[in-house]
Amino acid sequence: MIWNAFAIAVREISRNLTRAFLTVLGIFIGVAAIITMVTLGQGATLAVKAQISNLGNNLLTLRPGAGFGARASSAGTPHFTEKDATIIGEQIAGIAAVAPVRSALLSTIYRQNARSSTVTGTTPVYFEINKWRVAEGRLFNEVDFRSGAAVCVIGNTVRTELFGSENPVGAQIRIGKTACVVIGLLVAKGQAGMGDQDDTIIMPLSALQRRVIGKTSSHDISQISISAQDGVDSEALITELTSLMRQRRNLQRNQDNNFNVFDTRQIAETLGSTTQLMTLLLAAVAAVSLMVGGIGIMNIMLVSVTERTREIGIRLAIGATGGEVLLQFLVEAVTLSCVGGVVGILLAFGLCAGLARLIQVPFNFNLQINVVAFLFAAGVGVLFGYTPARRAARLNPIDALRHE
Amino acid sequence: MNPPANETLIELRNLTKTYGEGDAAFQALKGIDLTIQRGEFVALMGPSGSGKSTLMNVLGCLDTLTTGTYQYQGIAVETLTTDERSLLRRYALGFIFQGFNLLARTSSLDNVELPLLYRGVSRRDRHERAVAALTSVGLPTKLHSTPAELSGGQQQRVAIARAIVTEPSTLFADEPTGNLDSATTRDIMELLTRLNQDRGITVLMVTHDDHVAATARRTVLIKDGQIESDLVRA
Ligand SMILES: Nc1ncnc2c1ncn2[C@@H]1O[C@H](COP(=O)(O)OP(=O)(O)OP(=O)(O)O)[C@@H](O)[C@H]1O
Ligand SMILES: [Mg+2]
Repeated sequence: MIWNAFAIAVREISRNLTRAFLTVLGIFIGVAAIITMVTLGQGATLAVKAQISNLGNNLLTLRPGAGFGARASSAGTPHFTEKDATIIGEQIAGIAAVAPVRSALLSTIYRQNARSSTVTGTTPVYFEINKWRVAEGRLFNEVDFRSGAAVCVIGNTVRTELFGSENPVGAQIRIGKTACVVIGLLVAKGQAGMGDQDDTIIMPLSALQRRVIGKTSSHDISQISISAQDGVDSEALITELTSLMRQRRNLQRNQDNNFNVFDTRQIAETLGSTTQLMTLLLAAVAAVSLMVGGIGIMNIMLVSVTERTREIGIRLAIGATGGEVLLQFLVEAVTLSCVGGVVGILLAFGLCAGLARLIQVPFNFNLQINVVAFLFAAGVGVLFGYTPARRAARLNPIDALRHE
Repeated sequence: MNPPANETLIELRNLTKTYGEGDAAFQALKGIDLTIQRGEFVALMGPSGSGKSTLMNVLGCLDTLTTGTYQYQGIAVETLTTDERSLLRRYALGFIFQGFNLLARTSSLDNVELPLLYRGVSRRDRHERAVAALTSVGLPTKLHSTPAELSGGQQQRVAIARAIVTEPSTLFADEPTGNLDSATTRDIMELLTRLNQDRGITVLMVTHDDHVAATARRTVLIKDGQIESDLVRA
């Protein structure tokens, strides 16, 4: 009997291809939309998380100025000294490494290519603190630092802009007026929530001070990067750091801090919850599109209900039982819904793969959302395909035939 | 093959049918007593709106009666469940509607095969029997046409083929020749007569046409929901 109902259902579908197509369309658009949005949303969350962990997850950055955001103003507030960095490393417990940083926007030239780049002068521990690794060549070390060698490592964006596909290692570029040898290419980190991290040139602080810009004052350190040891409470560290710096900068009780401590963990948490919110939002949009798909299906079913009621009347009149007719409609609805669901999953797979590449987020096949979307859409299809038939199948054949 | 004499097939006692309820109620059949023997060929006549289709629908188990009794082959039809009535239609009754009632966008062949499908007849048998039925109504060339591609008379003949393909024990025909020219009408009447005489199928037929009614040995006249006369020709 099931097989019979299946045969009848398949015939009935093939006879009404337009109706079948529209039903399938409604379902597969809903399924594809929800899967694509949720998958991409999760991809984006993952990407942001990965980039945040690239930043260094227990990284504190000390910067001049009262704070960041709207109140941020480092104008007029003194920068730091190299001594500050040394003292912090010596006096505060729980710190793994400290690196003074001096940054400047300088023109950089290789052959006929020129651009201005942010050049960072620092000590070798900076790489470890900020989780920079070398893709080709090497990083500069203590020897380079002490000798003030005119060497640098470059980020992937600088490499692309200055060198194209050429191997930069060993080449000589001009930074400001100084010739400088590229000794390493950094592994790309990508776009984090905070601009292109790969648009960077890093060189020994000593070389930047002595050869490129010149030592202008002792307060020439624009930022101090600090990494905490694993398991150290960053709140306590920040408190200690703040009081040390107030003391070193001779701030009175009634004076506000003229520096700030930037904690990447806070940023990580903020960005994490933002992307989570975004994923939720996308899921909501997708749920709406699934509902719209469902309403589309319902419409098609309702429009065809007159014709279908007559069909049911004819089938009943020539000897079908109500149960057989219902089974046929059920098989029909399930078949169409499943076809729609499977097509939707395939389409979503393609869309996710393509879009993930386009917007550069990782693509992880999420079985759960595929199953949920499929079941929901199939449920909607079956519900709306089946319900009108239920009423008609209970009628006297003659009433079903007379239906208008 | 002659029908065994005096085997009662259909017996109605004081049958009434009321449409609607309350103020809108309308009694279309007002107490019908009728007995039909197996193998009879009965013409049902009467003015428009007199209740002929209503009676046929009740007899064909497409509709339920309001009061009275209806025995088909000794079975009290009014006590059957919906599914049991479906099975009675499936295995014993054939119905030709006043308005064809073919499945749209469906070939003649598929339409005619449909009742066999519900009987669980194998694919090959279905095809053979449907072709034979369509041939016997003069449509061997229209097997794959859909109703939209057929004339009214041709659709009526597909409907007849669908009703006879199962070789029912009783065939109900509500104005089977209402849409046909006189030549086709003659063919159809010959077909019905042959089914009645050769296969012993009991035929009940509504008609407005005296010539058509003359094919039947017995003519029941209905007026205003009641039997006015019941004549058997010698
Ligand atoms: N579903 C219905 N609801 C209410 N009244 C109905 C319904 N069907 C038929 N009637 C009424 O019952 C009466 C008998 O109708 P029926 O269709 O049996 O007539 P008929 O004898 O077949 O007429 P015709 O020769 O025109 O086909 C008519 O007065 C009609 O208005
Ligand atoms: Mg009528």
